Amino acid sequence: MSFLPEALRLGQTPLHLETVSGDDVRRAVDLPRVDASAFAALLSPAADEHLESMAARAHALTLSHFGRTVSLFTPLYVSNHCANHCRYCGFAAPNSIPRSQLSLDEVRAEGEAIAATGLRHLLLLTGEAPRKAGVAYLEACVQVLRPLFPSISVEVYPMETADYARLTRAGVDGLTVFQETYDPVLYAELHPAGPKRDYAFRLNTPQRGAEAGMRVVNIGALLGLTDWRQEIYAVGLHAAWLQKRYPGVDIAVSLPRMRPHAGAFQPACIVSDRELVQAMTALRIFLPRLSITISTREAPSFRDNILPLGVTRMSAGVSTAVGGHAKPAKTGQFEISDPRSVAEIEAMLRSRGYQAVFKDWEPIEASA
Amino acid sequence: MEHTDIFEIGGKRLSSRLFTGTGKYGNDELIAPVCEASGSEVITVALRRVDLDGKTDNVMKHIPTHMTLLPNTSGARNADEAVRIARLARAMGCGDWIKIEVISDNRYLLPDGYETAKATETLAREGFVVLPYMNPDLYVARSLADAGAAAIMPLGAPIGTNRGLRTEEMIRILIEEMELPIIVDAGIGAPSQACRAMEMGAAACLVNTAIATAADPVLMGRAFGRAVTAGREAWLAGPGAVATLAQASSPLTGFLDRTEGAS
Repeated sequence: MSFLPEALRLGQTPLHLETVSGDDVRRAVDLPRVDASAFAALLSPAADEHLESMAARAHALTLSHFGRTVSLFTPLYVSNHCANHCRYCGFAAPNSIPRSQLSLDEVRAEGEAIAATGLRHLLLLTGEAPRKAGVAYLEACVQVLRPLFPSISVEVYPMETADYARLTRAGVDGLTVFQETYDPVLYAELHPAGPKRDYAFRLNTPQRGAEAGMRVVNIGALLGLTDWRQEIYAVGLHAAWLQKRYPGVDIAVSLPRMRPHAGAFQPACIVSDRELVQAMTALRIFLPRLSITISTREAPSFRDNILPLGVTRMSAGVSTAVGGHAKPAKTGQFEISDPRSVAEIEAMLRSRGYQAVFKDWEPIEASA
Repeated sequence: MEHTDIFEIGGKRLSSRLFTGTGKYGNDELIAPVCEASGSEVITVALRRVDLDGKTDNVMKHIPTHMTLLPNTSGARNADEAVRIARLARAMGCGDWIKIEVISDNRYLLPDGYETAKATETLAREGFVVLPYMNPDLYVARSLADAGAAAIMPLGAPIGTNRGLRTEEMIRILIEEMELPIIVDAGIGAPSQACRAMEMGAAACLVNTAIATAADPVLMGRAFGRAVTAGREAWLAGPGAVATLAQASSPLTGFLDRTEGAS
């Protein structure tokens, strides 16, 4: 079983959301259990007029399932070598940026700088260059970081199940992988060369991670590459499919909007703040238990205001540069919009009646 | 006449039958005033959230020292993981009480009865006071009792939903059939629902989400404390029987008694 046939169908079948009426949206907002067709209604242009009621429902569901808490984490970029030619990414192989990969001592220094801020959840990132940053290297990084961080996720190149299993044994408990776009034709255009060209292998990555024992699997589309409504619909259905098939895995979604980066690619569509709110609240109403991440790609005031509408995780104290925590001011993957420190994010959450959760998991094997 | 109504469990005597939690608060500093306002003496804490070594705020420091800690095994997906968490909790100095939560379905967070019973058996043998969270199923309840549970914690509705006593009939059966205390856990969303559970004969209620996510958690904690007390007193008072038809205080057949009396 794979989500691939469904993804291919979704990617090539327009949703025709212009036929959705205001009544359809009103019904969808109040349904006790929202199905795929009601989810589509919530993503329609007609739903724009009902954004406030969607926000109210999304807030109530989030409060009920997650309370007034937001988990904080930060990314740690250990390598920016990349074999892919993604047309929209600052790390892409053809871009002439300084390339580097941290030594294990440098990884430790980065980890210590991050841990000093109080964070206990870490997202380990690389570019997609398995020959440079192979499984053994990642395993070694995890061993160095494990004493500092009870929870470590990876956002690296797609791997085979056996490699993910090796990482989970080393102490990795989460996997993030973005499909970028669910449209297979556009996907081929945007990935002209490199292993990432394989749409199917990437699409099945979350599934392989879940089967390898990852506790959290985070998916998403890069918003801006094509029609966001179509993409969020596919993300939601993919998340629902994963939730159903892997009930023990915490399925999470990120909503990254394209940011300026070292390259000439410009977004095909601009996703407005209002539209991002619609996307998030629709996802929350469709999947009440879904973890939703908002990154520092978004501006501080927007992150603060969107908080009650479904957010359960935030990145904080972010540097997207390799080694950027211990030695700041290097070239990052993309420009961040929210440069606030962990302490500042915590203070913001507190002022809004929310609690920053620094530690929400510890592998039982490592501690018992 | 005033009742001296003490709830004794695991060698501890409790005057409050409301158990509270530590999750979902916008600010952990609310925990202590909620404990005080509600009168609760037992509080559950997810061990996975505790970071004794961290430089960040630690939930444990907000729990008043007089409270009995009920660490829970939230995050455990099978009996083995629950047992490890319980042992870790004891090693950390959290005491011998443990609430078993074994959940491998993130959608509805329903507990796995079979794995829960296995963990209960192991931990009871190791001297823990085991309070397993469970679906209100009579057969699972019996196996938990056989495994050495100190009480049984059936859900009223799925965790965090505030949907109330959706499983009322099944809980009623457990109360009738089981000798162990029944502590209704999960789903209670309003003080009236906690009161209802106590009126039915539940030994106690555990409430977290409804208090922690209220606009005023301290006031809501007090409301729950009073509701649990009111329900308990109603149960102790022995409510009158429920009849289907009205029973007039001057019954229609009263003349029969008078006729017999006159003969």
